[in-house]
Parts: sequence; structure tokens; C-alpha cells
Amino acid sequence: MADLAANDPVLLTTSDGRPLQEALAQAQSKAKWRAFMLVAPLLAFILITFVSPIVQVLHQSVYNPKFSENMPQISAWFDQNPNGTEPDEAAYTALVADLVAAGAAKTVAVAGERVNYEMPGTRSLFTKAGREAKKLQPPFMESLTKLDENWASPELWGVMRRVSHAYTGDFYLAAVDLERSPTGSIQQVPENERVYVNLFVRTFALSAAITFMCLLIGYPVAFLLAALPMRYASLLMIMVLLPFWTSLLVRTTAWMVLLQGQGVVNSLLVWAGIIAEDQRLVMINNLMGTMIAMTHILLPFMILPLYSVMKPIPPSYVRAARSLGATSWTAFRRVYLPQTIPGIGAGGLLVFILSVGYYITPALVGGASGQLISNLIAFHVNKSNNWSLAAALATILLASILLLYWLYDKLVGIDKLKLG
Amino acid sequence: MKKLLVLSTALTAVSFAAQADVTVMSWGGAYTKSQVEAYHKPFTAATGINVISVDSDNPAPQIKTQVEAGNVSIDVGDVEYADAIRLCDEGMLEPIGMDVLPAGADGTPAADDFLPGAVTDCAVSTIVFSTVYGYDNTKFPDAKPTTMADFFDTTKFPGKRGLRKGAKANLEMALMADGVPAADVYATLGTPEGVDRAFAKLDTIKSDVIWWEAGAQPPQLLADGEVMMSTAYNGRLFAAAVAEGKPFTTVWDGQVYEYDLFVIPKGAPNKDAAMEFVKFATSTQALADQAAWIAYGPARKSSGALVGMYNDGKTEMAPYMPTSAANLGNALASSYEFWVDHDGELNDRFNAWLASN
Repeated sequence: MADLAANDPVLLTTSDGRPLQEALAQAQSKAKWRAFMLVAPLLAFILITFVSPIVQVLHQSVYNPKFSENMPQISAWFDQNPNGTEPDEAAYTALVADLVAAGAAKTVAVAGERVNYEMPGTRSLFTKAGREAKKLQPPFMESLTKLDENWASPELWGVMRRVSHAYTGDFYLAAVDLERSPTGSIQQVPENERVYVNLFVRTFALSAAITFMCLLIGYPVAFLLAALPMRYASLLMIMVLLPFWTSLLVRTTAWMVLLQGQGVVNSLLVWAGIIAEDQRLVMINNLMGTMIAMTHILLPFMILPLYSVMKPIPPSYVRAARSLGATSWTAFRRVYLPQTIPGIGAGGLLVFILSVGYYITPALVGGASGQLISNLIAFHVNKSNNWSLAAALATILLASILLLYWLYDKLVGIDKLKLG
Repeated sequence: MKKLLVLSTALTAVSFAAQADVTVMSWGGAYTKSQVEAYHKPFTAATGINVISVDSDNPAPQIKTQVEAGNVSIDVGDVEYADAIRLCDEGMLEPIGMDVLPAGADGTPAADDFLPGAVTDCAVSTIVFSTVYGYDNTKFPDAKPTTMADFFDTTKFPGKRGLRKGAKANLEMALMADGVPAADVYATLGTPEGVDRAFAKLDTIKSDVIWWEAGAQPPQLLADGEVMMSTAYNGRLFAAAVAEGKPFTTVWDGQVYEYDLFVIPKGAPNKDAAMEFVKFATSTQALADQAAWIAYGPARKSSGALVGMYNDGKTEMAPYMPTSAANLGNALASSYEFWVDHDGELNDRFNAWLASN
């Protein structure tokens, strides 16, 4: 019997004679297809509004065609001649042809700006040459260097060779305060130009501190919310939610009014005689202002997940522990706290990730010492227009958050996350 | 009936097209108000074209961003000289040129009527403005600050200072306070030692500085008592002092003055109307009218003669203008040649300096 089944298995069929397996697969694929169609609009929405901008930013951080697009001939010369080739007359001819074309198209300054990122002060070299290039006579090596002797600088040619590749990792170097030396090796930028590493460190340290403060303040509030009788709890809940619903700008501005030198808090302290008139505390336009305002603004993101975890914990557990002889501290530490870990994890992760990318509040109340990396990203997007550098900084920020998420998953387990 | 409906719809569409609004991006606050009173309202009255005004801390980077992204929403922008040159170099602006500009009211051709250098290929100056510093009179009952060096002297005049968050003007002022004559400022700043010297001078007050970004902030900081002295655009200090009666005094020593210009971004949605607006706003009368609202000097010679009283009818404007002889004693004309080239580099350095402790 066993032999028979192995050699010639009985083919199960449906009532209309089709093989069961095939019919099942068909029915299932139809169901799967329908399920996919249901989520398709959402998927498309996420792809268009979330994934594609992120991919574009990633791309922008390694791709900058401003030089290669506007100076095609000299870029081609760099491709044909290996690194170390002395620029010859052919190179200068290509360069002048590019300068003439770019000068006429008014794009020479765009190419110059790309070179200027790597070698400050060269922008006007390009704009000037763009205006004058059409008057130059061959031999171009001579006439161009006569126009400005900087055109013969080996450093400039080294930089032009590097920026002639549209794909580059240079912006990542710049984003961690590194640069290429004229010889091509990687070195730190001069000490008075280092900014980004410091800011990354400050951003993560401040975010950790804010997360800790939120936990410290939020935990008792969430406990109270979960423990109080319904009528008081809902009143307290409104007090937590009301600021949550208020505009971020309004809350930040309110903190400015409260914390400034002539503000409410200082005036109260002076009035109460706690500090003298000339000892008014500096609580705004510095790190402290950023810390206070952000802790307040992010507090609901800590309280709500904590509350949702604490609410279903039966009070009888702690009572049972107490009745078995545990002190209230032991009962809290051994019985209550472990059950709230998913809430602490969720709240902590939420607050930390939000504060790492925070922008408006530090910009308004942070002064110079309370600036975070996001403010520099905004600076490069809005003011200096160096989008590639902004993209590189943003990518590093994104990568470090993903790393953190991965660490959290390893240490605590993402399945333990409870957001509400 | 149906025909009528179609006709009226078509007519509405046509009239909408004819009355496309001009969107003007400027610097907000008292300055935008002066433009609205002197340019926007008379322009709408004369042509029927509405003017929408949008505020910004500095329209130039936004113009660049919009043109690069191919999504231009503004028709006219109000920018500083170095930015106008740079944007024009990069092909981000529509050419305007001297030949389309109307002659002065006294018949002088535009080329002779505008101050030297006030019109470039892509930009037309409206005003001369200045970065100066001011203080609240009531906070200095005895000795009052009078020089740029006093601004940087926190021993003689203790208290917080307000400075614009950026390299431009701050570095020049630091050098002038350190004893560099105005004539040598840019030569000094062109050397690495000169830049170090400027930052070293800024270092001496760094811990006392509150940084501002929007032009409307410094008068507010002074009024709130958050700072004892602050750099500011002279027109903003004037507006706070004269229009709002604040006890502010402007110190003209070491002022850094330059043109402010109107530009039209490449691909502006209502380019023709924008061009009409720029022509109208830079006419003799409009420029003279603006001076009745804010203390910025008009960029046309023919407007100078028409400048009289502030709109309260009793304040003589001349003493408040950056270009008055009395205010030019120790003044520096901002060099666009310098800033076109060094803006990126010096702002990087400035950001690094700001972020370091």
C-alpha cells in the first residue's frame, strides 16, 4: 500500500475534475491579487511621497553634475588622460571652448560654484573667464594664464579633475569634516572649519538628554493617568493632549515669552527676591532653551505610549507582591516596571528619533549653542544652496537612526514595541 | 442663456488673465510696509494688477532654489547687491537692462539718473540701505556708545549684543572696531590673517551675542531689553524710533551701506506684469514716495530732490538717510566683488565658528 502511494499518488481533484492543488493556487492567487489591489493606492502613495524623495536625496548626496554638465569638453579630456597628466594645449583648448560656451549660456558660474566648494575663491575666476574667454586667441595655455595666472595652478587642475566626475563621495567627506588634500589623500579640515562632527555629537547627546527628561517627567504623569479614577484621569488627559494639539510654533513662542531675560519666569524670580535684578538667568538662546522647550513639546510622545501600556496592568499584581512581603520599591522594580518596558521603549524611541531631526524649536530658541545638525541641513538647503552636502548630512542622520533602530531590535526586540 | 453663460465664463477667464497678480518677495516688517505704500498700492491703482507680497529673511536663496527646482512662484524679488550679481551670473534672472527703464521725472535719461552702479544687467536698485547699530537710550543714562569700537567693548558697556547670523557686515564691522580704516577693510579681509583678525574680534563678544535673522528682530530685541545694543538695518531702527516712538538711537560710525535691488527670476509666472511693476516701482515718484515711509535713500538722483518729510508730516528725513553727509564720516560701501567670491567660504567658516564653543 505504501509502495503504491509512492509510485502512483492518488491525484486529488475538485468536483469538476480539476487537480485540487491547481484550483487552490488559482483561488488563492485571485484573493492575493484582490488584497494587493486594496493596498495598491496606499503603496503607490508611500512610494511617491516617501520612498522616492528619500531615494532622490540619497542620489543627490553622491551625484553633482554641475561641473561635468556645463564643462563637457574638459571633463572628456580628464576622462581620456589619466591622473597625473600635465595639462597640455589640448586641455586648455577644451577648457576655453567650455568657458566660451558656458559663458554664453550663463552657466559658467554654476560650474565655478562646484569648484568653489572644494577650493574657495575660485568662483570669480570662472565668471571672469566666462566673460573674457571669447576674446582669447590660441595658444590658449598662454592666453588663459595671462588672463589670470591662477589657471595654471596644479591645485585647481586637481580639483577640476575630481569634480569632473558627476558621481563623488566628496560630500560625505565634507559632512564629517574631512577633505582631500591636493595630493588626493584624505585629511581633516583645518580646526577652525570643523563643524559637522561636533554638531552630530551634540545632536545625539541632546536628544538622549531630552529623552531621559521626558521619561523622568512622563513616567509619573502616565502612572497617575492610569491609576486615577476616570473623572480625574480624563481631566488630566485633556491637560496632556491640549498642548499636543496646539501648534508647535505657538508653544515655542510661548517659551520665548516665558524664558527670556525680561520674561515671565525671570521677572517672577526677581519679584520674589530669589535673584537680584542684575542676575537674571539666561535660559533662552542657548542649549538650555532648546532643552526645556523640546522636552515640553515632545512630552506627549512619551506619556501616551506609557499610558497605553500602564492602563491594562491590573493593580492586583502589585498588591499581590506587597502581600507576599515585597517593599513598595521592590514591588515597583520587580513587578510593575518590567511590565512597562514596552512603553518606555516605544516612548523613548519616538522622542529620540523626533528630537534628532528637530528643526524649528532649536532655530527659534537655540541661539548659537543650541543649534542641531538639522539647522545646518536647513542652512545648506535654504541659504548656501549646497544641496549635495545637505543630502549627505541628511543621509548620515537617517543611517544613524536606522542603526539605532536595529540596535533596539537586537537589545529589546521590536515586537515588544507598543505605540498605543 | 447657455450662450451667455459661456460668454461670461470666457470673459472672466480673460479678465483673470489680464489681471494676473504680481507676487513680490521682500524682507517683511517696516520695509515691506514702505514698499506696499509706495509701490504696490499706487501700482494697483494705476494698472489694476494686484500685488501679493511675500516675506522672507532673504529672498535671494529662495529665488535660486525655485529656479533650480523649475518651480518659480515669485515674480519679483528684493535682493542684496552681491546676490543680484551672483544670481545673474548663474542665469537665474531675467535680463532687465537700463534701456527699458523710464527717464527721471525731470527728463534725465535713466542711465544718468540712477546712482553709479545702481542698475546691472538683471537688477534695478530701489534704495540704499545700511547696516548700523543702535541702542536703547534709557539703558545708557551716562556715557553713550558712539563708535563701532564701543559696540565690541563689553567692559565699558556691559550687556548683550544683537548681531545678524551670517558673515556679511559682521566681519567688516569687527575689523573697523579693531582699528582698520574703512578704506582698507576689504583688502584686509582678503587675506587669511585679516579673516582671523575679524573672527578674533568677534570672539571677544561671542558669549554676549544674541543672533538675529529677520530684519524685524533687532528692534524687538532692543524693545524687550534682551540686548543692550544690536546691529540692524537703519530703516528698521528709524521705523521703531519715529513711527513707534521707541527711545532708540542709531550710531552711524562704521555703517556698512549698499544697494537693495529688484530682480525678476527666470521663469517668473507673470513676467510681463513683473517687468511693468519694476519699471513703475523704480520711477522717480515711487522711489521718492518710499522715503516717506522708511529711512532708505532712493537710488535715483531725481528722487532725492523730492524727498521731504516722513509721512507724519513733521520729521525731516535727511538726517536719517545712510547717504547724508553727516552719517558718512566713517562709512563703508559694501563690496559686492568681495562677497560674490567669498560668501560661501566665509559663511562656512562663520558656521564652524558659531558651532564651536
